[in-house]
Amino acid sequence: MAMTLRESVHLVSDPENLDASVEEVFRLMLGVDCKRQAVAWKLEEHSHEELVTAVVGFGGALSGACFLRCSAGTAMKFVAQMTGLEFPELDDTVQDGLGEICNMLAGAWKGKVPKLNAQCSLSVPTVIAGRDYNLHVHKPEFEMSHTYSYQDDRFSVTIVCDGMQ
Amino acid sequence: MKEVRTLIVDDSSVMRKIIERTLRQAGIEPLVVHEAGSGVEGLDMLKTNEVDLILSDINMPTMDGLEFLRQIQLQKLAPGVPVMMITTESSEEHVKQAIQAGARGYIRKPFTAEQMKERILPLVNAA
Repeated sequence: MAMTLRESVHLVSDPENLDASVEEVFRLMLGVDCKRQAVAWKLEEHSHEELVTAVVGFGGALSGACFLRCSAGTAMKFVAQMTGLEFPELDDTVQDGLGEICNMLAGAWKGKVPKLNAQCSLSVPTVIAGRDYNLHVHKPEFEMSHTYSYQDDRFSVTIVCDGMQ
Repeated sequence: MKEVRTLIVDDSSVMRKIIERTLRQAGIEPLVVHEAGSGVEGLDMLKTNEVDLILSDINMPTMDGLEFLRQIQLQKLAPGVPVMMITTESSEEHVKQAIQAGARGYIRKPFTAEQMKERILPLVNAA
């Protein structure tokens, strides 16, 4: 009998899939290599900066979300690299671009596990800007948060799963 | 090559610009681009503009790419014009639905200029 997604949780939560997805998206869309960092991205280290978080939800056999979190300055650099334009502030275009990067990360991540790709859909991206907010999921099935380097900046990508069939 | 009039339908303005730039990098020129931010806008564009190629996202608010395709068929807009989906949704089910709705194929985001050239140039040359 075919395995359920829950029985394949070891494949779904494989941390290498997230790293491979980040590397693929940044290499193809921004032309840069992003490597995973051993030291985690911490909110306290960015208390003086405006922060921005892009969120893409998962629905279907797996419910949860993919979060891309960085400083506003890093988001501007990402979108500048992707479009060839300069951005002096965190405007609608930067937020749109960051949402698209998160969308591609979520799509690439779920595409690594065929059963997940077939049974799980993505929401359109949402982008939150500011400093005074926390991300909290009550009793997630699993959560993985990795930090990556981009030039001299760092950003985090988090996958939270709060339900699985 | 003759002018390629292309409609790009994607709710992200950044992605529309990236698709246009990548088409040019892929050598698909001269290029005239019409942009739409949703399926509804895309249908309006097709009522007032002749195009040779349609590139559409799937996941969009208001009207998604699959419904956009169905409406093109239903309203008999752009007959014979090839439609290629450019999307992060690459499951067999999504691809099957897109093909059933009239798409010639799909390109998964993220993409390269080489992939664009491989998938789109034959459609443009055949038009």
